Parts: sequence; structure tokens; C-alpha cells
Amino acid sequence: MTVRVISPGLATSVQDLGRPGYYHIGIPEGGGMDRLATRIANLLVGNEPGAALLEATFMGPELEFTQAATVAVTGGELPPKVNGEEKPSWESFEVKAGDRLSFGYLKGGARAYIAISGGIDVPVVLGSRTTYVLGALGGFQGRVLKAGDELPIGEGMGKAGKSLPAEYRRPAQAPAELRMLPGLYWHRVTEAAGKRFFEETWKVAPEADRIGYRFKGGTPLDFVPREPPFGAGSDPSNIVDACYPYGSVQVPSGTEPIVLHRDAVSGGGYMMVGVVISADMDQIAQLQPHTPARFVEVTLDQALAARADSNAAQRRAEDYLVG
Amino acid sequence: MAQILSPLPGTFYRSSSPDKPPYKADGDTVAAGDVIGLIEVMKSFHEVRAEVAGSNIRFLADNEEPVMAGAPLADLD
Repeated sequence: MTVRVISPGLATSVQDLGRPGYYHIGIPEGGGMDRLATRIANLLVGNEPGAALLEATFMGPELEFTQAATVAVTGGELPPKVNGEEKPSWESFEVKAGDRLSFGYLKGGARAYIAISGGIDVPVVLGSRTTYVLGALGGFQGRVLKAGDELPIGEGMGKAGKSLPAEYRRPAQAPAELRMLPGLYWHRVTEAAGKRFFEETWKVAPEADRIGYRFKGGTPLDFVPREPPFGAGSDPSNIVDACYPYGSVQVPSGTEPIVLHRDAVSGGGYMMVGVVISADMDQIAQLQPHTPARFVEVTLDQALAARADSNAAQRRAEDYLVG
Repeated sequence: MAQILSPLPGTFYRSSSPDKPPYKADGDTVAAGDVIGLIEVMKSFHEVRAEVAGSNIRFLADNEEPVMAGAPLADLD
């Protein structure tokens, strides 16, 4: 069966849990930016947690089904509607042949995950169905959806009425607190500027996307004076090119921190003040432009403990759904 | 009376560029499909169009104002 795209939304793409193993040659892992919401949406419709689904950013698509299917929407609060009638989020529901799935205005968060029973059956490229838009790779023709696209859907039918209670979901924070481990280049920043970096409240810039989340509104960083090393540029935020980890926080010219996310470029010449810990990466996926956010300094031990907590929370949610 | 809502969260602009006049001024008449402003988000600009015709448009959001999805941008008679 296929699902026809009546209107695509703003930037709706096919995602799964990503394409690990190629970042060293410049192809990012990708995948749903909110990994928990990706896994749960799939489990709600009876798919494997890593099946391909749609990630809709800020605005939902309108889709027409040619056959019956089970659908679930998780992540940001983007209210699903079937033939205009509102349906719950974080709960599976049935659509019949000819039904239209559309969405109301985004009420909270930033990205919704739309899982369809059977999964979206686009070709597997380098081990994944994830779309890497910047590289025109994978997903549906390597791009975001357009009106008129016909998405192939796999075999499978779930059950309506399966839901994940709120206590198993990640609560939203205001301001968002992004825990950060200071990194290799932290010494480039003066002590006073480093202290201020963690004290101030930043705001998500409208440019934030799957590649990186930019923040603004804080005081520009002051740098420790230096002689630029051979191969680095003259800007004090320049370094000799290095690898960029997921979650790394670069601050070009010391003005606006950018947290690299799932479609990150793999290297470049900006110093990174640290990395946002893995446990807080999903939360970034749900930040709208202009949302206040703070960076909170943690140690490696605290980061590892947070990762263990986050993995345990994911297991509890999945155990609730699959037993 | 009709209201024009922002389809997206982002930054609202009343004109296509800083040196251009606003698409619509308060009191103007609007035809269905007319562009009344832009929303900037994710490094792109999205036109906001009136879904219905109306008269005496009154803007509720300022130029360069941060808006949420569903935020009222203008009233129409």
C-alpha cells in the first residue's frame, strides 16, 4: 500500500534510528532527533522500534491512506486529526482506506513522529532508511517530502488504543537545561567567560535545524590570548581542523553556541567548548525557536550516570508497551 | 471577523526585506491568498497567506516579533 502526500508540512522526512558507522567518512548517523519518541511511536503501532517513520518539524503534513493502517503520533504536541476529527497523541489509532491524516497547530515541542504500521518501506541505503537531506541520501529520494509523493508502506497491522502514559514520557523543562561536559578547548575561554556561559539563559535561534541547534542572547565569550597555531585561522575561535562529535558545542567567533545534532558535519575548524551529554540530546529535538535554555556543567561521571538513567527510563517505557 | 494565525513558530516579518514596504498596512483590504507576512525558521522564509478575503486588516504581531505556531498575526473584518 501507499500513503499519498497531500501537503508535506515544513520539513517532513523519513527517519529511523539512523545510519551509524559512516561518520568518519562524513556521513552522519542521522535518524529521528528525538530517539525515544521515534522508538515509542513504532512500538505503539506494532513495528520494531527502528522501523522507518515520518519526522515532522513544527508543522504536520496531510496524508491520504490507500489502505487501512494503524498510526501513532509521539514527540511534540502536534494534534493529529483523521478526516478533521482530533485523535490523541502517544496512542495508536486506526485509519481506513481513503482517510486523511492532518494536524492542528503545534502546541508544544518541535517535532512529531508519525509511525504507520508496517513502516515506511523506502530502500535501505548504507544500513538505514533515514534521510540525510544535506547529502541527498536515503529516505524518500534523499529529500524532505513534497506534495504528490507516494510513500511505500510495509506489511503489518497494529492495534488501536495502545498508549504510553505521561509518566513514561520525558517531561518538558522551562527553561530547558542542557547538561554539558566541558571539552578539549575549554582552556581557550577565560575563566570569567566560562562561568558566565553557564549562568546565562540563552534562546534557541530560528536557524536551529537537524544539523545543529544555534543559541543566542548570551554574552559573547572572551578568549585567552594566543598565537594562532599553523593551519588555524586568525579568529580566536578557530582551531586546526578537528573531528566534531555529536552534541559538541562550537561557538564561532565566540558569539552563538551551536550544538551539533543528528545530521552534524563531522569535522571543521571551530573550537568546541564541550559536548551536550547523550541523555539530553532528545530534549534538544523538541526545542522551538526562542525557547529559553541553559547549559549546566557536569562531570564525566555525572554524564555517564545520566545516560544510565535515560537508558533505564527508555527500557521502562518499552517494557510497559511490549511486556 | 477572521483571524490570520501563524502556521509555524519563528520570527514574523511584515515585509519581504528590510528596505521594502510592508506587504499590508493596517486598514488594507486583503484578498484570499494574499501574502501578509513571512515567518523565518530553519534558515528559510515562509509566506503567510490570508485564507479568506477581508477588509480593514489589523496586525496583532509586530515586525520581527517571535511567534508560536497558532499565534494570531492579524484580524480581518
